Amino acid sequence: MTNAAIEIEGLTKDYPVGFWRNRKRRSLDNLTLEVEQGETFGFLGPNGAGKTTTLKLLMGLIFPTSGTARVNGRSIDDVRMHREIGYMPEQPYFYDYLTARELLDYFARFFGYSAAERHQRITRFLELVGLSSAANVQLRKFSKGMLQRVGIAQAILHDPHVVFLDEPMSGLDPLGRREVRDIILNLKREGRTIFFSTHILTDAEVLCDRVAVLVGGKLQGVGAPGEIVSMDALGMEILLELREGRALPQTLAGRAKQTGSRYHLEVPEAELYAALEELRSCEARILSVTPTRPSLEDYFLKLVRHENTVMHPAEVILK
Amino acid sequence: MSAMPAVVAINTFREAVRDRVLYNLIFFSLMMIGAAILVGQVSLGIDRIVIINLGLSAISIFGIIMAIFIGVGLVYKEMEKRTLYSLLAKPVRRWQFLIGKFGGLLLTLIVNTSLMTLGLAVALFYVSRHFESSDTTILVAIYFILLELGLITALALFFSCFSSPMLSTLYTLGIYVAGVFAPDIKGISEFTKSPELAAMGKFVYYVLPNFHNFNVIAAAAHGEAVRAALILQNTLYAIVYVAVILVAAAAVFSGRDLK
Repeated sequence: MTNAAIEIEGLTKDYPVGFWRNRKRRSLDNLTLEVEQGETFGFLGPNGAGKTTTLKLLMGLIFPTSGTARVNGRSIDDVRMHREIGYMPEQPYFYDYLTARELLDYFARFFGYSAAERHQRITRFLELVGLSSAANVQLRKFSKGMLQRVGIAQAILHDPHVVFLDEPMSGLDPLGRREVRDIILNLKREGRTIFFSTHILTDAEVLCDRVAVLVGGKLQGVGAPGEIVSMDALGMEILLELREGRALPQTLAGRAKQTGSRYHLEVPEAELYAALEELRSCEARILSVTPTRPSLEDYFLKLVRHENTVMHPAEVILK
Repeated sequence: MSAMPAVVAINTFREAVRDRVLYNLIFFSLMMIGAAILVGQVSLGIDRIVIINLGLSAISIFGIIMAIFIGVGLVYKEMEKRTLYSLLAKPVRRWQFLIGKFGGLLLTLIVNTSLMTLGLAVALFYVSRHFESSDTTILVAIYFILLELGLITALALFFSCFSSPMLSTLYTLGIYVAGVFAPDIKGISEFTKSPELAAMGKFVYYVLPNFHNFNVIAAAAHGEAVRAALILQNTLYAIVYVAVILVAAAAVFSGRDLK
């Protein structure tokens, strides 16, 4: 028996376009993916990559053109699947005539909790997302960040096994992002499976066990953030200062970036010693030599810029 | 009503109340007070008829306006504002959501109509200082108005599943007007020489909801009794018609991609 929390197989979504709706635009193309139980999985991609489409398909908000998906062993067509999952949509919008407490109470009723249990859960989760003091304020008076927190609270109110978050950090200030990150880490510690889409790569790097990169509706790669980025060759960054009246050797001058009195010089690892030798000859003061490894962002940008680059799956599927 | 639709219905009712929908009761009250005072001063023995006619007509018109204008936004607004996203991720089926929205607006209309009926009763008592046994027909007229409002709400909800509020208003209003004049349309079509027009008239008469039969305001004003058979016929007609429209709405909405 598989231990997958989320199994996606050949999921494809076409939207009809044009006046007669006789043409089709493919929004998601044959997505096949597995997320293990307890994993924190980042779903990365630029705007329009198909991230939200995937989440909407999994939630049953739209229907696939072809393909299937299962969450916790249940088909996405099965309404019982929704008992075990939580979902926060992108830029969540709720009934603004309700207070935060009323909204959570409304959603909690769908899970059949008693009045006492609803009250206890709502109090706990409002506290968790830092909204205890705004519990009885109408949502129309909430800021975007506060709505985001309500969105998270309603998604985890019923202790779901699998939590889907669509761009949970978008629109938040650094403090808000940090708080949401802590909430996700807390969910992760509790052993829940978390599937979240984002284009903020540092968050994915910090939080995710594995990430998938989606570009133009197609899956480009899946793997642990560290493993994905280490595929590329490492470079070395040299930070230096020059003595008065001295200039960089011709061979290095073109590659150096000046910031105030300091120079940043990036060289391939193989050329490090030759570069250092040249810098010694001009009596440069070496402040630091740091290996630079490409970040997830570099990997991501490379994929986005070369959308049609053929990536052999074996290179990137790391389990 | 099972638990899920009831949860949605109560929230729909709460939304209407918080959107100050019931404020229309103030206009109704002012109108009834004004009419009662006026009728009391120029009474020509028709004060009861005027009050009942005016009161029932106002209850009907206020209800129809509410059913159409709130009904056409019931589903559309939730799709546009994306409040449905979080809701449909919960263990609730789409048809349960629809039944809940229908039930919620119907509950709003029942509360609104009941309060207006109370206002009518007060105005009636003010002008004549007594109730008559034939006044029970007023309650039958109110019941028929509620059946009519149920039908209109179902129609508005159906159009709300796939059409913008403006178009849904036009469709619902168009069907309502055609339904009120259904017997006239049939009558005219019987006199025409064109078999196509005659067939079309018959089609309109049998397919579109017949709102004409729900109007017993004149009978209520004149204290005439309403046949029990008509009460039964209208009840069954409304239940079956509403059920068919809601099934159609569920079929449309269940297969629809949300934006």
